[in-house]
Amino acid sequence: MGTDKTDFMSGRYKYTITVALALVIIVCFQSNSFSSGNTDLQATDSSSEEEQEEEGFNPGEMIMDHVVDHYSWHIVTIGDTEVSLPLPVILYSEDRGFFCFWSSHFDHGHETYKRFRIAQEGANKGNIVELDEQGNVEEDLPLDFSITKTIAAVFVSIFILLGIFLPIARRYKRQPNRAPKGLQSLLEPLILFVRDEIARPSIGEKHYEKYMPFLLTVFFFILLNNLLGLIPIFPAGANTTGQLTVTMALALFTFIITQLNGKREYWQEIFNPPTVPWWLKFPLPLIPLIEFVGIFTKPFTLMIRLMANISAGHIVPLAFFALIFIFGDMNPIAGYGISVFSLAFTVFLTLLDLLVAFIQAYVFTILSALYFGMAVGEIK
Amino acid sequence: MELIRPDFGLLFWMLVSFGIVLLILRAFAWKPILNALKNREKTIQERLEVARNAKKELAEIEFGNERIIALAKTERANILREAQETKNKIIEEAREEARKEASKIIEQANKRVEKQKKEAEEDIKNQIAGLSVQIAEKVLKERLSDDQRQKEYINSLVNEITIN
Repeated sequence: MGTDKTDFMSGRYKYTITVALALVIIVCFQSNSFSSGNTDLQATDSSSEEEQEEEGFNPGEMIMDHVVDHYSWHIVTIGDTEVSLPLPVILYSEDRGFFCFWSSHFDHGHETYKRFRIAQEGANKGNIVELDEQGNVEEDLPLDFSITKTIAAVFVSIFILLGIFLPIARRYKRQPNRAPKGLQSLLEPLILFVRDEIARPSIGEKHYEKYMPFLLTVFFFILLNNLLGLIPIFPAGANTTGQLTVTMALALFTFIITQLNGKREYWQEIFNPPTVPWWLKFPLPLIPLIEFVGIFTKPFTLMIRLMANISAGHIVPLAFFALIFIFGDMNPIAGYGISVFSLAFTVFLTLLDLLVAFIQAYVFTILSALYFGMAVGEIK
Repeated sequence: MELIRPDFGLLFWMLVSFGIVLLILRAFAWKPILNALKNREKTIQERLEVARNAKKELAEIEFGNERIIALAKTERANILREAQETKNKIIEEAREEARKEASKIIEQANKRVEKQKKEAEEDIKNQIAGLSVQIAEKVLKERLSDDQRQKEYINSLVNEITIN
């Protein structure tokens, strides 16, 4: 039953990804043509960065700038002044030890501070690089424990999560046999959904209770972050669950919990599956090898799926907005004309993303539950 | 920073913060909530059970009442029938008794009448005999008043006797 559901779901988000990718490719081609134009110009008069920024609108850069992580949290740009929240930068340099300062010292990447600067190009673009005494960029990156925009947004979501669930839990504790009220009655069906539709059928009656805290936390964490990502105003709007690192951390939890709880049957299924004919296991352990790789591909797909879906959810509406400016660069009237169409599509896509936010939280949770179910081996 | 390049610092913070959230929520949110939900479900289940049992008991009591009423009705009918029977029996017995008594009285009366009749008959017989003797005496006195007549008579008597 569970796999049917996920197959159905995967069909749906495959569609989303395809649409997203198609649009991204279109946008990237356009941006390439623009940027190549820019480089031609740049080549002719070898202009500085600031001049390049004035050259025109680069949609690819704009979109990626919105989706990737930053050292400061950009809130709004009024005229030429960028209003952004400075975040703490924490660095460890092998030569010089720990550094801790506000990201505002970089002045959005324009300044060098304590021989650190944000790389503006190259392989480490956007990351903090260390400069040697001559002002040249060093090869090795400093160890970077900065509280970036993503982790700050994660903290915000954590505060919201705790602010929602701790009072609700108190109500459950104080008035256990009362009908749910307010926010409680909104969240109780979701909690019951995770318990009765995800954990119970996937893990089995005997073991499911042990995994409920993780499944609930992961479900609500992803859901809340997905939803916050859709709100474009500070302190929401950061692309947290669309960051590979964030989803990697979540998938890592699933991976570790699965391996720690693997029963004998689970490992047997991997290294010596009893239903597989012997010549697939000996002398060349083909199936065990595939199964062993499968241990890692399962959380890997969890990681990629969530990140790709949510990032696509951010990229596609941005691409539609970018269209306004692309057309506006050609002709202001065309820009206004396309804006109606873009806005309509963005509204539609945001609604779709609302659905995707729930689906992805559900998919991540149910797949984690299925992996736990495999590990404990109650349900065949 | 790139979209698809994992970042060690971010991973570190993510693991730490998510781990802490997981522990906090597990201890202070999920356990109480899940326990409360479980208890509530159990309570609801129990109360439903209790209600069902109460309903069943009520039905049983009602059924019992009906049975008692039915029983009482048959009992009453029985008692009535028995009373009727007893009444009839008593009446019958009384009648029988009366009949017996009557017949006895009649019989006694009959006997007495018979006896009196017999006595009367005896009496009458005795009187008749006395009277007959007196009459015979008188007749004989008259007949034997003259000798002639005496002789004749004796002769006749003798004749009679001899014939006999």
